[in-house]
Amino acid sequence: MRGKRIVTLFLAILALLLPKPVSATEEGESLDMQHYLFGHIADAHEWHITEINGREISIPLPCIVFDGGLKVFMSNRMEENGYALDADGKIVNSTTGKRPLDISITKNVCGLLIDSLLLVVLILLCARWYRRHDVLKEAPTGIAGLLEPVIVTIENDVIKDAVGPEYRKFSPYLLTAFFFILINNLMGIVPFFPGGANITGNIAVTMGLALCTFLTVNIFGNRHYWKEIFWPDVPVFLKAIPIMPLIEIIGMFTKPFSLMVRLFANILAGHIMLLSTIAVIFLTVKLGPVINGSLTLISVLFGIFLDVLEMLVAFIQAYVFTMLSSVFIGLAHPQHHAETSKTN
Amino acid sequence: MSLITPDFGLLFWMLIIFGVVFFLLAKFGFPLITGMVEKRNEHIRESLRAAEQARLNLENLAAEQQKLIEQTRVEQGRMIKEAADTRAAMLAEAREQAGAEAAKVMEKARAQIEAEKNDAIREIRSQLSTLSVAVAEKVVRKEMEDSEARKALLETLIDEATQLPVN
Repeated sequence: MRGKRIVTLFLAILALLLPKPVSATEEGESLDMQHYLFGHIADAHEWHITEINGREISIPLPCIVFDGGLKVFMSNRMEENGYALDADGKIVNSTTGKRPLDISITKNVCGLLIDSLLLVVLILLCARWYRRHDVLKEAPTGIAGLLEPVIVTIENDVIKDAVGPEYRKFSPYLLTAFFFILINNLMGIVPFFPGGANITGNIAVTMGLALCTFLTVNIFGNRHYWKEIFWPDVPVFLKAIPIMPLIEIIGMFTKPFSLMVRLFANILAGHIMLLSTIAVIFLTVKLGPVINGSLTLISVLFGIFLDVLEMLVAFIQAYVFTMLSSVFIGLAHPQHHAETSKTN
Repeated sequence: MSLITPDFGLLFWMLIIFGVVFFLLAKFGFPLITGMVEKRNEHIRESLRAAEQARLNLENLAAEQQKLIEQTRVEQGRMIKEAADTRAAMLAEAREQAGAEAAKVMEKARAQIEAEKNDAIREIRSQLSTLSVAVAEKVVRKEMEDSEARKALLETLIDEATQLPVN
């Protein structure tokens, strides 16, 4: 009964909103999907917040380019400094038309900075709790009570099991990676200013993370790991013409590559799904108030579902990245596996 | 398309930011937290072990106590039995002693009776002899003139009469 009443109320509120879109159709401006989607998921040199009465509200960000010397300027002063944005949104020199070496603080870099600061503050607050309290006498409270179960779960169920006996050496990196991805994923779902940047859905960010795992795996891999790559336990003719070593070397790169693409694609897909669901409201304006209204209801409900799903995905992708990184690190320390397989 | 080509600037900043975050968290964050959690886990394990030990000790103590009680009970039984035996023995001895004493008293009494009887006989005999003397005197006085032979006969008769009961 109560649920029915809430639905009725909801529909009534929607009905109040209906007359407005009709006038909007008369203005005859349809949504440019390409611009709409890429404006949200792509990186940018300014942080666009919203548009009020045709006026863009956005935060200008610093641009840093090497173009015959270091040049630093704010993104809203680009024209005055002789630079412009090309069709892909990259900085080009207005006179030569070439792209300079660009290490600007873009929207994603800015988001990374904010999220990282937040993460460092959270974890260090948690650490401070442990420094100030006696763990043998008190149960963790506040931020420590929130983070401890997560840290313990990741360390015990993921890192310890996958990496093996030397897990202590790698757990700070893996925990950092987990929380870094998690906080960026979650902040990506928040639709307004400090969040909303598509950080972990950007291939450069996931490439950076995958690169870190690649380096950790290959720098700390022991001699058994390298032996299995260049001289694996297979018939000699497979190694004489280096088929197996070649496959193993390709495998060295495909593992982090899969990490990079998995995280990137999952988060990007989530953002696109959410944006498309919201876009339905604006795209169906022309179809009249009844269809528009009912599709709005559906897209709002589906949007809520997707938002909740994305929170789950945010956790799952951070978990999967950490777990696979742990597995790859564990595989680079194979003396235990090798010894047991020989005794069998 | 810019979506799948990694941007150099972003990668550059990403590595720097991630590096700094990693440094800070790996130096001041996670090892401290996981170390403390490990310390607490160790403490809990230790406490559980101690509790188990205490429980075992308590159980041993209870068993020992039970054993002690059992032992005491056996001892008690033994002592009661011993006391009963001693009592019986003492009683028997006392009875025996009493019997012996009684026998001795009886013996003594019998001896006394014997002695007294002998005394009495002796007295009777002496009185008899005195009596005889008196009789004889009277006889003599009466019959002074009677012959010496008759006096001797009398004497003999008296002797015979007194001699009989002695045996």
